[in-house]
Amino acid sequence: MMAQLVALISGIIFGLGLAVSGMVNPAKVIGFLDVTGDWDPSLAFVMGGAVVTTALTFRFVLKWPGPLLGGAFQVPSRQDLDMRLLGGAVIFGAGWGISGLCPGPAFASLAYLDPKMALFVLALIAGSYLARLNIFSRSSTPPPVTADG
Amino acid sequence: MENFTPIGALLGGLLIGLSAVIMLAVMGRIAGISGILGGMLTLKTPDRAWRLLFLFGLIVGAGLFAVLGGNVSEININPFEFSESTQTIMLVLGGLLVGFGTQMGSGCTSGHGVCGLGRFSRRSLVATVTFFGTAALVVAVIRLGTGG
Repeated sequence: MMAQLVALISGIIFGLGLAVSGMVNPAKVIGFLDVTGDWDPSLAFVMGGAVVTTALTFRFVLKWPGPLLGGAFQVPSRQDLDMRLLGGAVIFGAGWGISGLCPGPAFASLAYLDPKMALFVLALIAGSYLARLNIFSRSSTPPPVTADG
Repeated sequence: MENFTPIGALLGGLLIGLSAVIMLAVMGRIAGISGILGGMLTLKTPDRAWRLLFLFGLIVGAGLFAVLGGNVSEININPFEFSESTQTIMLVLGGLLVGFGTQMGSGCTSGHGVCGLGRFSRRSLVATVTFFGTAALVVAVIRLGTGG
């Protein structure tokens, strides 16, 4: 019950951050990615603010015996690079470039009740599902429950 | 550069970072949207409820911004000014690629970017540079193609 409440509150803070930062506006995201055009560097400040916060705090948190609600930290330990990581990042980057939408802002933007955004989110869920099926069919072992992110 | 909004961007980034810290410190989880979504698509996952509530929270948070008087009138989901039919195709194609790629590559802007870089993960650094680079390249190519 506590975990559910914490997840809801964290989600609300995250969604508020996406809206305040302008990440929910695909035109703004494309403006940042458009390095050869009329470049808008704003989103570097979003990543900067978020990464400085995590970089300064995660190292201390991860030294605790475990998270406050008990159990163990579910953090990936892999360090190797493989084609799935690189190929996935290229495919994701291509989709991000043509739409200006990554998963967080896409979900958050459902708040603005645009049917086209719902279409994007449905396609995102379908694509995610297809990737999961693909993983199952190529490997006899199920995929790890904890991904990198 | 007339659209440059560093203060809102920084404040939003700090909120996103705060959310990631709460998720790790309290629940021991990485606040990666694609990871949270992916866990829901795995049949045997016993912990659907918190995942669903986190994703629902994203919608509530973005809605809260509008309710509190935040400006959402400038949101434009057709930045390349595609025709109606082309835009629909691009939204479906974009969604499929984003969904497939983030599951295949085990993370997105939040999981690899915000959380992975914060953990100084080599995999996340390579993934983040790769998806930013690919996205910038794709935008440049579309700009060339549309004459923008």
